[in-house]
Amino acid sequence: MSKVMGERPKALLDVPLHYCPGCTHGIVHRLVAEVIDELGIEGKTVGVASVGCSVFTYNYFGCDMVQAPHGRAPAVATGVKRARPDNVVFTYQGDGDLAAIGMGETVHAAARGENIVAIFINNAIYGMTGGQMAPTTLPGQVTQTTPYGRDTSVAGNPIRVCELLSSVNGVALAQRVTVDCVKNVKAAKKAIKKAFEYQMAGKGYCIIEVVSTCPTNWGMSPADSLQWLRDNMLPYYPLGVYKDVGEEGEQ
Amino acid sequence: MMPKVSVNNERCKGCEMCVIVCPKKILELDHSVTNSKGYHPAHITDAEKCIGCGSCTIMCPDCAIRVEVD
Amino acid sequence: MSEKVLMKGNEAIAEAAIAAGCRHFFGYPITPQTEVAAYMSKRMPKIGGVYLQAESEVASINMVLGAGAAGVRVMTSTSSPGISLMAEGISYAAGSDVPCLIVNVERGGPGLGGIQPSQSDYFQATKATGHGDFHLLVFAPSTVQETVDLISDAFDLGDKYRMPTMILSDGLLGQMMEPVVLPEPKDPTDTKDWAAKGHEGKRPHNVINSLYIEPSVLEKLNFERFEKYEKIKETEQRAEEYLVDDADVIIVAFGASSRIAHSAVDMARKQGIKAGLIRPITLWPFPEKTIRKHIDHAKVFLSVEMNMGQMVEDVRLIVADRKPVRFFGRTGGVVPTPREVLEQIVKLNGGDY
Repeated sequence: MSKVMGERPKALLDVPLHYCPGCTHGIVHRLVAEVIDELGIEGKTVGVASVGCSVFTYNYFGCDMVQAPHGRAPAVATGVKRARPDNVVFTYQGDGDLAAIGMGETVHAAARGENIVAIFINNAIYGMTGGQMAPTTLPGQVTQTTPYGRDTSVAGNPIRVCELLSSVNGVALAQRVTVDCVKNVKAAKKAIKKAFEYQMAGKGYCIIEVVSTCPTNWGMSPADSLQWLRDNMLPYYPLGVYKDVGEEGEQ
Repeated sequence: MMPKVSVNNERCKGCEMCVIVCPKKILELDHSVTNSKGYHPAHITDAEKCIGCGSCTIMCPDCAIRVEVD
Repeated sequence: MSEKVLMKGNEAIAEAAIAAGCRHFFGYPITPQTEVAAYMSKRMPKIGGVYLQAESEVASINMVLGAGAAGVRVMTSTSSPGISLMAEGISYAAGSDVPCLIVNVERGGPGLGGIQPSQSDYFQATKATGHGDFHLLVFAPSTVQETVDLISDAFDLGDKYRMPTMILSDGLLGQMMEPVVLPEPKDPTDTKDWAAKGHEGKRPHNVINSLYIEPSVLEKLNFERFEKYEKIKETEQRAEEYLVDDADVIIVAFGASSRIAHSAVDMARKQGIKAGLIRPITLWPFPEKTIRKHIDHAKVFLSVEMNMGQMVEDVRLIVADRKPVRFFGRTGGVVPTPREVLEQIVKLNGGDY
């Protein structure tokens, strides 16, 4: 009985990904697609692409896709889901999209308990535009717009999104995961699957925050980036479940 | 039967995530090969040592490496 | 419902949309159109529709974009500053060829402005709703009944041409009560094969998108869209002509100011002045054909608007210096009186251009 590992999931189209070498977007795309395959929901899934490095997700996922303006994916997803409640709707957003320009839409979609899944890629930097500060850039972190290191007295403090949203009624699942090693990739996939299952059970807004790397804008090799993530990001953004309404659901 | 590892040379970006994660340390970039994007793809250096764990396939961001086990 | 009912303009907007099969409304309160949302919030749940008060106009237009992309008839309603907030979303809807209805119940501007009626969003509606090359189908009703009829048309034409549409109303029309016959209600249909509604494994995926990185591709798309707009300009111009065929002084006015101009034309005729009114009903496509018909015999054109002079520029473009084109306007929420307009007609009729 032979088994093949590494097959591209069906929900991921057979096209080369444009991401930089070692960018963890590729891993997360694959996990989302594997979950869609395993749940057999590609035919009724609508993904909402955001703006950032992942703007081209509409070319990568095999389900129907809608491109949203920067930050507005939760609102666009709300429109899709309210129009088609039987569809499975997810957004795929970076840190600028979800937590800077889109913070209002994120918080309100969460508060409405909007039955959508937000896949949140947190790599503490703006990739597409060339490495500027993100709302999740760490204190002291050097970016194009914090060339002397992020000074919180000038540029403010990083935002911990899972913690923030965990205080919002309407959130069914807020979990922070990462993809720096095999064990964590497997755990991330479990979390993503749970989020989609929760949506199908009508439990409310689910966000899976994936602590990710950006080798190019961090100025490191992919291997070093994984280590930098462990050393610097995980202490500030601890992995874990910040809200989980569990099997019972919540009023 | 020995697990069979194959790399899609054109999709591989030489990021070395598979190299880092391989428990047997038998994956390396093949500097004698350059794909059309200019990357050196990964290749298996000692196929007999492969235990078929699939860790490389789990870390690959590009679905560029396949492992077949019987 | 074929009997006449007395309805407030804003409420008629909501009823007309429902009759047209719209079951999705996303909006945010703003004076002077909040009644549209309030009315929808009562009606939609009763008919299995969706009323959602969004957290802002920005969120509203993006919810509209999502629902429109998913293939349903959807609308929002706001007033002038809200349209400014919606600019990006409207541009995306136009660039993604997503039909949706946006109602603007205009108020005084710029900035926070005032809450009384104005027509100072004409440029915004017809030329600069958002970034990029695109147009909306823009309708300007002048009565509550016409508002109802045009909403029906806006949904139909928006679907036909796959583009966002706009009803440009104002606080006067929104607040006034007039007898209305509502159209026969239409049930919502689900016939948009291009929509993002789940492919069910039966077709390649649909992508609703406005990003085209390759310049030649984006250019081609723009060219195709504008070919569509040319067809629309050919076939969808609408205007009402009142006593224009022999007119010396032709007023061009839309919406609430057209009602005032209508009265002024009557008063002028009583004084023996050959005045007439061309009332654009579509602001885009602008009724060029109607105006062109009358350039030869007219002595002068007068654009009457509740702004600092916006539509007058379009009239000037068409008349192209063949006859004088003048402007009279009140703004800030001040509504011109028929007497003021009559004074202008008399002045122009006397050759005082």
